[in-house]
Amino acid sequence: MTQTLHTTLLIIGGGPGGYVAAIRAGQLGIPTILVEGQALGGTCLNIGCIPSKALIHVAEQFQQSVHHSQGSPLGIEVDVPTLDIRKSVEWKDGIVDRLTTGVAALLKKHKVQVIHGWAKVVDGKTVDVGDQRIQCEHLLLATGSKSVNLPMLPIGGPIISSTEALAPTRVPKRLIVVGGGYIGLELGIAYRKLGAEVSVVEAQERILPAYDAELTQPVAESLKQLGVKLYLKHSVTGFEHNRLQVRDPKGDTVSLETDQVLVAVGRTPNTQGWNLEALNLDMHGAAVKIDHRCQTSMRNVWAIGDLSGEPMLAHRAMAQGEMVAELISGQHREFNPAAIPAVCFTDPELVVVGKTPDEAKAAGLDCIVSSFPFAANGRAMTLESKTGFVRVVARRDNHLIVGWQAVGVGVSELSTAFGLSLEMGARLEDVAGTIHAHPTLGEAVQEAALRALGHPLHL
Amino acid sequence: MGTHVIKMPDIGEGIAEVELSVWHVKVGDMVVEDQVLADVMTDKAMVDIPSPVHGKVIALGGEPGEVMAVGSVLISIEVEGAGNTREVPVVAEPATAAPAPMPASQPAPMLESQPARKPSVAPQAPVARDANERPLASPAVRKHALDAGIPLRLVQGSGPAGRILHEDLDVYLLQRPAQKATAANPYAERNDEEQIPVIGMRRKIAQRMQDATRRAAHFSYVEEIDVTALDELRVHLNEKHGATRGKLTLLPFIVRAMVVALRDFPQINARYDDEAQVITRLGAVHVGVATQSDVGLMVPVVRHAEARSLWGNAEEIARLATAARNGKASRDELSGSTITLTSLGALGGIVSTPVLNLPEVAIVGVNRIVERPMVIKGQIVIRKMMNLSSSFDHRVVDGMDAAQFIQAIRGLLEQPASLFLE
Repeated sequence: MTQTLHTTLLIIGGGPGGYVAAIRAGQLGIPTILVEGQALGGTCLNIGCIPSKALIHVAEQFQQSVHHSQGSPLGIEVDVPTLDIRKSVEWKDGIVDRLTTGVAALLKKHKVQVIHGWAKVVDGKTVDVGDQRIQCEHLLLATGSKSVNLPMLPIGGPIISSTEALAPTRVPKRLIVVGGGYIGLELGIAYRKLGAEVSVVEAQERILPAYDAELTQPVAESLKQLGVKLYLKHSVTGFEHNRLQVRDPKGDTVSLETDQVLVAVGRTPNTQGWNLEALNLDMHGAAVKIDHRCQTSMRNVWAIGDLSGEPMLAHRAMAQGEMVAELISGQHREFNPAAIPAVCFTDPELVVVGKTPDEAKAAGLDCIVSSFPFAANGRAMTLESKTGFVRVVARRDNHLIVGWQAVGVGVSELSTAFGLSLEMGARLEDVAGTIHAHPTLGEAVQEAALRALGHPLHL
Repeated sequence: MGTHVIKMPDIGEGIAEVELSVWHVKVGDMVVEDQVLADVMTDKAMVDIPSPVHGKVIALGGEPGEVMAVGSVLISIEVEGAGNTREVPVVAEPATAAPAPMPASQPAPMLESQPARKPSVAPQAPVARDANERPLASPAVRKHALDAGIPLRLVQGSGPAGRILHEDLDVYLLQRPAQKATAANPYAERNDEEQIPVIGMRRKIAQRMQDATRRAAHFSYVEEIDVTALDELRVHLNEKHGATRGKLTLLPFIVRAMVVALRDFPQINARYDDEAQVITRLGAVHVGVATQSDVGLMVPVVRHAEARSLWGNAEEIARLATAARNGKASRDELSGSTITLTSLGALGGIVSTPVLNLPEVAIVGVNRIVERPMVIKGQIVIRKMMNLSSSFDHRVVDGMDAAQFIQAIRGLLEQPASLFLE
């Protein structure tokens, strides 16, 4: 065994939660070591958020070209385009490389020591990485999550997970996506646009079952237009000789022919393989249980991000990581956001911030729910986008906004305005009284607030 | 909707009255099953009163500090379905009434100018929000509040929809008494006063100390002890067995010395009932170990110290000290001592005059160990010296006996091998 390293903060996992915690700790002068077994940036930068958005962009551009080659109303004429998917993947890898290198540079700049290797927890103050022992005062667990596997669909050959789907060597002729949540639909739509025949198998009665029907309807419509086949209330029973066996709602077995099956049925906290058991922490289901300061049941052992359960979102992990570093430096902090935005990069995009109408009702709030359609927004028309809307949920008694939802092309960027209005405690009058630039999609935000107050201008 | 009434339970046998120490809920709070409603105190043990039901607190039966009869109404809770009482019980106007819930669009009532009822115990909350109601404030305001240690729940929001603004925090800080005032000018003249009601544990301690000094005829006796050899033994034992048997402090050695010395001084291991005029000499040595906790002095008891090994006593002392500090010591663990040992550790000073823990007749106080030049056989040598400051009840313990007892302890501690020779 080499000499034991001593540090104040030891972080296991270099994903968005871990590396942000490390940067902030470095800024605060806390001696910090970060252990990462794979590439810095974690799932998000390497096999999640970023590469999927790159692939979605390629798919969108390719589909636009195809669209133009078929006589587009814009007057653009091009030949039938072709796709060199290997080049697309190279381009995507370039972005990932630039970002992960950037993370490494930031860590170095803030004097964080990065150790490459797999951490093995010894106790709440001791971690081994290979034959290197590290002792710390504070241990931050940020090991993230991994894809859930289905026992009848073991990953390998034609059966792939999102990781393989983000690094294709060729586009399959036929692809079945198992799971109609945001990961399955984002990738399913991208593959459809890249030319595959795509079907989606979902056990529940509609796609994106986490969101309400009004909100997901434009996405369902888009799937229909794109020619993505939906098998709702169908469950997978097995896979044999390029045929996926599913049980339909009546209980009959149907056999679907396909070249590839993408399993996207969710993610689960990554609690295995690094001796987490040694700490015997209190758990909350499959996740490590934490309080509003990300403290686990063991003193000075902290957990953030996907490991601590839902919502499994990179920006939540980052905020938690920043907070834990500040707590360790002696500041008073609590994790108490008004809202954590959730975005689906489907086509059209979907964004949810704060309470939905159903959630507001369940919380016993008497609310006004009002929406404004993009069909009445000039900017949306110039983007060839007419579907979707912005929806606001506000308390009837004092007009305090408690939630925003939107579906439509490019609405992911509206999450910024939504989040800010909720954190600042804006009322409908605040948003209605803010001048929104014309022509932008954001005008629909103002109009939704105006409509909730009973006087929309463009409807 | 029904009313569930919880009565003051009989916590210890034969106790007719229990002091209500702290409320953990107020009128209007929603409580869940097993949530702790109040702390009550008997003798020296604090006992939690949990709620057996889900519901809403509609009345409190007393104020902190009040001594309540066992069986009197402690708290009334509104529950789903029928409660455990037919008629609505008549209770006094609750002390800490929360304003009725009102729509957030109306300004919440300011309670600053409360007429003085009587020295109020519970801090008055300027604004009452439901426990699950989130105070409305921007991230910058929330951060400022956390940094300044302001619970946002208690801050009046003057912004739209009751939003808490930076200005509201300033107002709250100004109203908060005295805390910030000194920060500005360390030489500022101060005229602030703080009244602290003597209730609960503090009242108990005050009563017992007063009682002891009034009744017993205290006399103190101080002797210095050369603990050089003892400390060497202690260090040696810790090096050899510390990892497996736990670390030894000096206390278990002193307990052992007391046990051995008391064999020859049964009049000192005794309890004196001055009302019945009876002295009870005890064979068992139950050593009370004075322990400082957040709520005050406690004396958990190492039972049958005579039957425990050195490490057995060490372990028991450590366990009891932790329990007492965490408020987890049971009533049994806090009563029944026959003699008391008090040590302030590094703060031990050179002399102290311990107050007896009645009805005991002796208390042994441990002062600090210091290295001092001593003259041994005409040579000046550096020795580790420690004083024992002990008090006795002169009504029943003669000075000669007390002095001989302490000399016996000194002999044992200076020749540590003799501690273990039978």
